[in-house]
This record gives sequence, C-alpha cells and structure tokens, in this order.
Amino acid sequence: MLVATATRRFLASPLVDLLVGPHGIDRYLELIRPDLALREARAEVTGVRHQTDRSVTLTLRPNQAWGGFSAGQFAAVGVEIGGVRRTRTYSPASSEHGRRGAVELTVTSRPDGVVSNHLRSRIAPGSILHLGPARGEFVLPAARPQKLVLISGGSGVTPVLSMLRTLCDEEHPGEVTFVHYSRTRADALYRAEVEALATAHPNLRCAFVATREGGGRLDADVLAALAGDLDEAHAAVCGPPALIDGVRAIWDGVGGADRVLAETFAPPALTPTGATASGTLRFLRSDHEAAIGAGTLLEQAEAAGLSPEFGCRMGICHTCTCRKSTGTVRNVLSGEISAEEDEDVQLCISVPAGDVALEL
Amino acid sequence: MPTPHPQLTDDQIEGLGRELDELRNRVLGDLGERDAAYIRRVIKTQRGLEIAGRGLLFAGFLPPAWIGGVTALSLSKILDNMEIGHNVMHGQYDWMKDPALDSKRFEWDTACPSDQWRYSHNYMHHTYTNVLGKDRDIGYGILRMSAGQPWRPRDLGNPISATLMAALFQWGIAAHDLEVERIEAGEIAFADKREMLASIWRKARRQVLKDYVAFPLLAGPGAPFVLSGNAAANLSRNLWSFMIIFCGHFPEGTHEFTEEEAENETRGGWYLRQMIGSANLTGGRLFHILSGNLSHQIEHHVFPDIPAHRYAEIAVEVREMCERYGVPYNSGPLHRQFGSVIKKIVRLALPGGASGEPPPAAAAAVRKVPRALTANTFSQTSSGVSGAVVVDPMPATLISASRSPGSASRTASSSVERRGGPRLGPSGREARSPGLVGA
Repeated sequence: MLVATATRRFLASPLVDLLVGPHGIDRYLELIRPDLALREARAEVTGVRHQTDRSVTLTLRPNQAWGGFSAGQFAAVGVEIGGVRRTRTYSPASSEHGRRGAVELTVTSRPDGVVSNHLRSRIAPGSILHLGPARGEFVLPAARPQKLVLISGGSGVTPVLSMLRTLCDEEHPGEVTFVHYSRTRADALYRAEVEALATAHPNLRCAFVATREGGGRLDADVLAALAGDLDEAHAAVCGPPALIDGVRAIWDGVGGADRVLAETFAPPALTPTGATASGTLRFLRSDHEAAIGAGTLLEQAEAAGLSPEFGCRMGICHTCTCRKSTGTVRNVLSGEISAEEDEDVQLCISVPAGDVALEL
Repeated sequence: MPTPHPQLTDDQIEGLGRELDELRNRVLGDLGERDAAYIRRVIKTQRGLEIAGRGLLFAGFLPPAWIGGVTALSLSKILDNMEIGHNVMHGQYDWMKDPALDSKRFEWDTACPSDQWRYSHNYMHHTYTNVLGKDRDIGYGILRMSAGQPWRPRDLGNPISATLMAALFQWGIAAHDLEVERIEAGEIAFADKREMLASIWRKARRQVLKDYVAFPLLAGPGAPFVLSGNAAANLSRNLWSFMIIFCGHFPEGTHEFTEEEAENETRGGWYLRQMIGSANLTGGRLFHILSGNLSHQIEHHVFPDIPAHRYAEIAVEVREMCERYGVPYNSGPLHRQFGSVIKKIVRLALPGGASGEPPPAAAAAVRKVPRALTANTFSQTSSGVSGAVVVDPMPATLISASRSPGSASRTASSSVERRGGPRLGPSGREARSPGLVGA
C-alpha cells in the first residue's frame, strides 16, 4: 500500500511529467493495463449477473482516479462499441460505503438501446469502462431523515437502493419504507435482497408492486398503510415522470412539498430530421440564449452576436469544433445525429434538432 | 507562370464533387473497430519504440546500442509526428470520442504547439491549398517555391535556406505562424506576435529540457551519448518530414492558383483544386505509414479528416475518377518527386523560373488519358487487390525489363503516373503533368 502510494506520487511528479511529455504518464501506463491510469477514471468489471432478462448487474472496481459518489448520484459511464466511445449516465445501486470502493450498476436495456444492450450482452469480467465524476443533487441530507419513504419505478430503483444500502451500512436508526413499482413480478429488481435487508433491519419495511399484474397504482392510502403517518416523512423518488407527479401530489396533500427529493429519467428526445427544429439554443459560457432559427449552429451563434472560432466553414478543418453539453444536433453532410451529453460537434456543419446547449 | 489547369466543364466539376462526397460518406459510414484498432496499434508501436530508444541510448557508449537507440527514437518521433500527431489533429479520429485521440486536445512530440499548427495547417493550408498569397506553406515565408513569388536577391540562397530548413524543420514549423516575412516587410509589428512567441516557448522549452537536459542528466556519465542520440533522432525526423512534406505540393506538375481562381469556388471546385495541387509518393506499406500516409497527399487533401490508413484503398477510386474526368494525378517514387522539388528550389533561386513551365496551349491536352492504358491498369487494380494494401509502384505489364525486377508487383496501385516514365512517351506524360507536353 505504502509502496503503491509512493510509486503513484513519483509517477505524478513534475519530473516524470517532463520525461513523458507531451503525452503524459497515463498514455504509457494504460498500455500496461488500462485502469493503471493516474488521472483518468476507469473501472474494471469484476462481476456480471442477470437479475432479469432485460437487465444486467455489473460490479466495478474503479481505479484511484475516481472520486467516489454519494448515494443517489449518477456518473457518466463510457464503453467502446465499434471503435466509438459511447457514454451514458447511470446511478450506482451500491452503498456509497462500498467495500474497497466497489460500485454496482444495474442497467435495464431498451429495445433499441445501443449501450444498454451492449452492456447487457457483451460485457464480461475484465472489461474496462470509463467513468466520469459523480454528479447530481438527488442525495440524502447529511442529517439523515428520521422517517424516510424510498419510492422507485422500474430501473429508477438504483439510486434509491443505493440510499437504502448506505443507510443500512450506517446502522441508521430511523424508519425507512421502500416501495418499488415494476411492470411485472419478473421485472422486479433486487427483490430478494431488499427483503433480506428488511428481515435484518426491523426499522425497514418494503413492498414490491407489479402494476401490470394487479398491483395498484400509487396512492395516499396505500402509502399510509405501509409507512404510517406521512406528516413528518421525507420522500425520495426516482422513476418515470408520472410516478414523481403522484408522489408530489401526496406530499402536497400533507403540506410537505419541501420534503420530496425526486429524480426522473427519460430517453433523449429525438426531433425528426428535415424541417427547422424549434426550441432554444443556449450558449453556456457567454450566458446567452436564442430561439432556434435557420442555418448551422455556427451561423446561428454568429447571428446571436457571438464570435466562435471558425476556419473553412465546410466541415474539413475542425477549427469550430465545440463541446455540446446537452441536446441533439444533426450533421448536415452525413445526416448523423449527436444526442449524447458532452459531445463535440462541428458547428459549421451541424444544425439543431431541438433544444441545444453549447459550451460557447 | 502557373501550370494551366485541366479544363472541366462546370457540370463535370460538380459531378466529380458529388462522386467524392459519396465516397467520403461511404468511408465515414464504414469507420469502426478496424480503424480504432489500427491507430492504437500504431500508438503502441510508437510508445514501445520510444521506450526502447531511450533505454538503448542509456547504453549509448556501446556503438550498436547508440545506433539502435537513435533508430528507434527517430522512428518513434516520425510515427508520433506523422501517422499519429498530424492525422489525429486533423480530426481523423474524433469520431471515436476518445479524449486521448481528440483533435483539439492532442499534443505531439515536436516544438510546434498543437493549437498553432491546427490553425496554420488544418485551416489555412488545407482550405487555401496552393493559393499564392494565401497558403503560407508555399515556401513557409522563407523559401521561394513558386515562380509566382517575386524574386528577391536573398533567394539566391534558396538551396542553402532549404538545407537549413530541412535540418531544423521542427523549428521552422514552430515559427511558421510568426509570419517572419511580414514582420520583415513591416506589415505587422514584432509586438503583435509576442503572445504567440510565448506560447511557442512554453511548448518548445519542455521539448528542449526533455531531450537535451533531463534525459542526458539521468544518464549520468552517459550524458553525451544520450544528448547526441536525441539530437540525431530529432535531426533524422526533421530531414524525413521535410522531404515528405515538400513532396506534397512542390513536385513538377502540381498546380498553383491565384486568389481570383479560388474565389467563389464550389465544393466540387475545391475538390478539384486539392487534387491537382497535390502530389503522391509511391512505395510500400511501411513507407506509407512512416510518411503518415502523406504519400497519399491527393487523397489526404480531398479528405483531410478521414483516417489516413484508409487512403490507400480510397486512392483506387480517386484515381479512377481522375481518369474518367481527365484530371491529372501526380504520383511518383520519392527519388523522382523529391528530385524535382530540389530542381525547383535551385531554379527558383534565380529570377524568373518559369523556364521549365509549359506554354498555355498544352492545357487542352490534359483532357483525356489514353484508354488503352487505363483499361489495362485498372482491370488489374480491381482484380488484383482487394483494396487493402498499396504495394508497388508499377503494374507488371507496364514494367520495363530495365527496371529492377524486384519491383514487379501484383498490383497496379500507383500506375497512372508511371506512364510518365521514359518508356511510355508523351501520351503518358499528359496524365501526370500537362505542363510537359509542349516542352
């Protein structure tokens, strides 16, 4: 351990940096083993199991460069498919106090999900994934609530399960109720494990509801029957928008709107190609907004009064390449769609296909 | 006097542009695992050579170790600058979305800061290729490389300047954007470039410290061997890259353009200018890799952001298009192309220099390549090679017995230009360089 730390210090020293310049030490270390990188967060897959037909649960061992996470947060996970690094965000399902920093991801695949299907069927122990820093405000307050209801729908189970496992690791004495909605019983994730936790922790109650097999939708009475009086209770909910709206309505009813912590997820909206999209162009660095108009992103940025760097204006010199934080754009030459977060796009040959935020 | 351009109708130019766009989209759509694996393999090789080279130089007091070390480190620097750095910074691997291969972030093992290179090369040179007054790569503001550049007495030193530039090429590239000639002419002030100079210094200082201070010091008593070895590696990289790069646009038969000619150019017109303003080198696979595939300069200028290891297979189609449209395709072995560059450097040391250039009447002769020859060579190309590897310069059927028999090859990959060889007479020359027809 001490030797490892000393070695890392030495490898990160200015002298080594000079000697391995201009590429940097990681470009050499990764040739020995990809996760040896000092500055780039990567994780080795150590376990792969399938709880349901549509999902995969991966156990990861992140390298030293990854800064960990708080229960409920998400992180960008990158995986190379056909030579292209694809990035999606996932919330770890493991406790933030995971043993030796181990992280568990459960990914539910969508029929046309390139990344989720790849993770489900092509990843084996030993595979390397890239990690981004953990982000997100969906986290428990430092002073853990004395009464907490954790509600999840479908694959939204992962961040709330992370909260539950974290509280269990902390021997949290408060009352916790865990409710999970899935379409069918077979789709329910982590049922056995949560029930085992409930057996071990008398202050934890749990319920699994299969909405397409007679299970009732969420309502105040069901919840009260499970969790008791909601007057003092906090809620943490993750799932489709309808579930979140339902929970908010219930807490509004008991005057506790400010005690609801929520996170939703939805697949990125793709605007069809062709006609000019509508929406807003946001230029993050210059803190400026404009309605989407006609022309390329470069032309529209210029029309909005910005002066982005550019060169050939025909897609060959890559001078205008710019980081797109969110949104979907279309390459007018190739027709290719860029929908992922934090992707670089060529402004002079890209048009917006909906709301877009650029690092300009 | 500039070489007269091939006469294509507007429709032909647009047709050519469409075909090239289709080819481009087809290749872009096909990029994947194979290309990622290729560039990573080259990187791994380069890093391995670098470590081996630096390691061997620590034992540099043994002559074989010194020679081996210099060879390995030279190859490492050549691969780093040409097949990796130049190509990655063109955005050829941006589609992989790997930050280590991102055109905007990549740095290379040479004195020139990558962001300055991206501007002067990717934008200025590749957009205004061979446009006199716009493309500063025509002589880099130091040499007289075009008869269209007015002669000054100092151009008498052209051959000496070129030799110095070759030896110090990385510094020439680093100083490229300082536009020394404009400072000299009083068009801009030295102060305008102070910031740029500072940025060059920041990058170059670390390169100098690494090669000439840190590694020699680490070698202790072996310092002189490490120092001289590093200097030799930098020198051989400089000479090699100078040679390859000067063969890109200066060999006999490449076309130059006036600013008016390049004005209001269509996409097809831009493609055409790139094709006739560039020249290829023929050679084996290793030669192409070590040239950063700049030996396929024509394909590179048409598709600067397509992974360069694809150029060999793209060249088959580009050459076929050139045949059909009557566009000259300038290609030849290194000794011939570089020979003609040296001739140009020497000739342009003296005033004028248009002597070897063609009378405008020759332009009409460019239009058609003799069909008999093309049919022959291209049927071979399509049947003989599956498209992957460019090998030998000459189609077997066209090889003369007097040439080295070892070069007889199963492919016709670089055949067109060969018709310019002595055996084939003037009709062959037309395909390569319209300029020589009337000479």
